[in-house]
Amino acid sequence: MPDNYFVRYLPLLIHFLLAAALAGAVVTLSWVIGYRRPTRAKVSPYECGITPVGDARGRFSVKFYLVAMLFILFDVEAVFLYPWAVILRQLKMYGFWEMLVYIGIVLVGFFYIWKEGVLDWGQPSARRGEV
Amino acid sequence: MNVGTFILVSAIKTVIALLVLLTAVAYTVWLERKVVGHIQNRWGPTRVGPFGLLQPLADGVKFMFKEDLVPPHVYKPLYIAAPIIAVVCALTSISVIPIGNWVTVGGLRTPLQITDLNIGLLIILGITSMGVYGVALAGWSSNSKYSLLGGLRASAQMVSYEISLGLSLIGVLILAGSFSLREIVDAQAGSFWGFIPKWNIFYGGQIVAFFIYLTSAYAETNRIPFDLPEAETELVAGYHTEYSAMKFAMFFMAEYANMITVSCVATLLFLGGWHGPLFGAAVLQEILPVFWFLLKVFVFLFIYIWVRGTLPRFRYDQLMAFGWKFLLPLAIANLVLTGLIVALRS
Repeated sequence: MPDNYFVRYLPLLIHFLLAAALAGAVVTLSWVIGYRRPTRAKVSPYECGITPVGDARGRFSVKFYLVAMLFILFDVEAVFLYPWAVILRQLKMYGFWEMLVYIGIVLVGFFYIWKEGVLDWGQPSARRGEV
Repeated sequence: MNVGTFILVSAIKTVIALLVLLTAVAYTVWLERKVVGHIQNRWGPTRVGPFGLLQPLADGVKFMFKEDLVPPHVYKPLYIAAPIIAVVCALTSISVIPIGNWVTVGGLRTPLQITDLNIGLLIILGITSMGVYGVALAGWSSNSKYSLLGGLRASAQMVSYEISLGLSLIGVLILAGSFSLREIVDAQAGSFWGFIPKWNIFYGGQIVAFFIYLTSAYAETNRIPFDLPEAETELVAGYHTEYSAMKFAMFFMAEYANMITVSCVATLLFLGGWHGPLFGAAVLQEILPVFWFLLKVFVFLFIYIWVRGTLPRFRYDQLMAFGWKFLLPLAIANLVLTGLIVALRS
């Protein structure tokens, strides 16, 4: 094991490049040796044999955007907790109380989105009827 | 060991790891078809080779020669890049996983791991969460309604359960005090009262964390009961509806490689990694840790398949409610309790 920390990451890069080369080679090979005889029906979007109406660039539920935003908030929370978790043994009770305050603030926001109905996918929001 | 030797050894280990992983992926597919077949009172693959053992090979050759359609309505650069992203992320995440202790081969002492990084767990989390790009881009670039719905569902589901997954690991991190997978495993050596192994799953309520991890991992890998992104009965095949030939197969390779990675991480974090009873001659003592590790991973994979053969699929609102309203608060409660116990003891 070399002491230089940068060198330790080189195998990861080698692995990544090898995996990428492998994936690229497989796709290219399959494209080269597979036969292609496209017909109009074959290359149309698959909709179970029904003639497609329009394309798929329409609008979709805003809830997916909300989930994406909530993911960023809560994943950042998890990322903040990681370093804390590793050194909790040194921080002892002081570190525990500090983090409890932080988790408490996050939980307030969590229960707010819960009460607002962001997490309910079953029925449209009773309050405004939009999401 | 100087830098040149280190890189050479790592490159050799990488090639071996990729070959083993791809073989393992192929035979996990075989195992799944066989086990699910027996669960459903069928035989599974039997025709190609003894017990259908050559079936994965035949499938691979078949995928190679299939018609590789790129329909004109797709957004071509992303359509081609999506399966490559999915499979590269799935194959790369295995690189920091240790499968055993250090070994000495031809005078070179090296760990059974491609590279021993002190932030191994973070790297696995980072690379596997890149995998969601493959799925989301495949769904969007296909420009087909089924693909778009499948891609949206998959990305929403994967990001939702990633939070619970990430939070469930914090209990283990508190107990081990390190991000290095090797140190996390070393922290689980020994036993309580001489017969219960000191694995994290038996320690300080981490069985709850294990349950959260297991459930989130099933959702992350889009497996039954969380396989809504490719719910065949409503979405045909979800995000890979418009894919054919090897590009289609690559999503499967990515899914099974992710299953193997998830099983390895579960084994390392909760089931004590390569710790197990050691006995016999010196050679056996060298091999047994790797054997215990592989056995635990196999059991985990078998449970994956067993669950697939047993459980029905969730409804989408149930899936989201389960992830956000049950698993997330449970994960936070678990980490607060574990933190309290560890802080009081230290």
